[in-house]
Amino acid sequence: MATQEQCQVLDQTQVGPRYFKLTLKSLYISTNAEPGQFVNVRVDSGTEPLLRRPISLHKINREDQTFELLYEVLGQGTELLSKVIIGSKLDVLGPLGSGFKFDPEKKIAILVGGGMGVAPLLPLAQQLKTLGGRAVYALAGARDKSCLLCETDFAELANEKVVATDDGSHGRRGYVSDLLLDLLNNTVEARHYPQTTIYACGPKGMLKAVAEIALQRQIDCQVSLEEKMACGVGACLGCAVMTTGGYKTVCKDGPVFNAREISW
Amino acid sequence: MVELAGIKLNNPVLVASGTFGYGKEYADFFDLNKLGGIITKSVTLMAKEGNPPPRIVETPSGMINSIGLQNEGLEAFLKTALPFLAKLEIPAIVNIAGDTVDEYAELAKQLSKEKTVKGIEVNISCPNVKKGGMAFGIDPATTKEVIGAVRKATTLPVIAKLSPNVTDITLTAKAAESSGANAISLINTVVAMAIDIETRRSRIGRKTGGLSGPAIRPIAVRMVHEASRAVKIPIIGIGGIVTGSDAIEFFLAGASAVEVGTANFVDTAAPLRILAEINAYLAKHEISDYDELIGAFKE
Repeated sequence: MATQEQCQVLDQTQVGPRYFKLTLKSLYISTNAEPGQFVNVRVDSGTEPLLRRPISLHKINREDQTFELLYEVLGQGTELLSKVIIGSKLDVLGPLGSGFKFDPEKKIAILVGGGMGVAPLLPLAQQLKTLGGRAVYALAGARDKSCLLCETDFAELANEKVVATDDGSHGRRGYVSDLLLDLLNNTVEARHYPQTTIYACGPKGMLKAVAEIALQRQIDCQVSLEEKMACGVGACLGCAVMTTGGYKTVCKDGPVFNAREISW
Repeated sequence: MVELAGIKLNNPVLVASGTFGYGKEYADFFDLNKLGGIITKSVTLMAKEGNPPPRIVETPSGMINSIGLQNEGLEAFLKTALPFLAKLEIPAIVNIAGDTVDEYAELAKQLSKEKTVKGIEVNISCPNVKKGGMAFGIDPATTKEVIGAVRKATTLPVIAKLSPNVTDITLTAKAAESSGANAISLINTVVAMAIDIETRRSRIGRKTGGLSGPAIRPIAVRMVHEASRAVKIPIIGIGGIVTGSDAIEFFLAGASAVEVGTANFVDTAAPLRILAEINAYLAKHEISDYDELIGAFKE
């Protein structure tokens, strides 16, 4: 179940060159949201821009009835969003979509985030910690040091955290998929693969690389996808992604899919 | 209560095909029984996979879509979507699309057996399919052929959904009327294109798509006006309706009812808000019934 609600803006902080963190109040969304789900935000009450902006849930704080969004300013919509002031209200539709799934048999969780892709992995790390009984590895990659987000958060929540940047300005030089290969070759032993789940979010190319690594080793892998979206509720079928079972919607069937399902 | 082409509606605000799924998708957000009626997403005889992504792109005060009539086909519709619509108290009008004239007739015939179905909207204006769709609706002769065949196949009210991608809307409007349509709805989307200047590729997978939203509203108002002067059957106005004022503009131009489309994506409660805004306008101007507005545009 989802709701359309006017949520009060409690905080808006710039956390990087073009990155912002927005804290909103909603009893319903904070109570019902699950990691991997998203909200569809109306950034302006006029018709320009017309459509809502889908943004993944970054933190879900049940106790204080709030949730956070971490987003990058990429165009007109997110630009307007970044100007929203504390105390005002935002029209939010959510929680939407199908989030990450947990299998009690899987004792190892590997979180792989590329760029903004770390955003939905944080509530996931939180949830995995709450569920307990798992070793959690957090791997994050970004263009450069300034674009690497949530490093300290992951350090707190995961058993091990490794980061990489494309230019080597922080952590290892290279891609987050290189970190995954390293982890699978050197730390997580092959006999543990059947008890492992890889959770990945990031650019499509990165997800494809991660999916290939997982599929080759027959490791369970869940990917969170992104697509241009209109309704967010499975009505318009605009956000289609090709799967082994035909086109599915990122907004309703996803955004989290089993990597095996996707026609890469 | 409003009667439109023999269909009893709660009020004159319906939801447009393709923007409201089969109703269920919006049941979380408000009481669907408050709508004038639901016009379903297009149903085809056989399942349709739909078009390759990207399927949508946002444009100034609008969006271009090319979904390609993705749906699971008539059999699945009857099994999974219709039972939900049957539980509602408002009329379900099923939008149909075919590759051939016979397919339209067959769909109309099969749907007529279902007592939940209160009317058929014939989509002869989808710009996003290779065969059928808009090809039927831009030529008065083929409009006649399709609507005539549907007319023979059903006793249900038939609404012909017309394309704006024509030089003269009165020709297809008259063709629909003369071949037995009980009403016409217009406009479907306007064929459009947007190019990414970095990649130099179209922002839509199938190159072109259909433009909807407030950007097309003035075109729609003009076409409703022209069509209303050409035919006697009622007209349902569609095209970028976001507020009550927008709906009233369509009534004045000659529409007897309206369909809310793209606005559903932006505001889930748009149809109910629009209805409330229409009623506020009537109260403010001391008009007892909205039908006094229909065609009341002054030359």
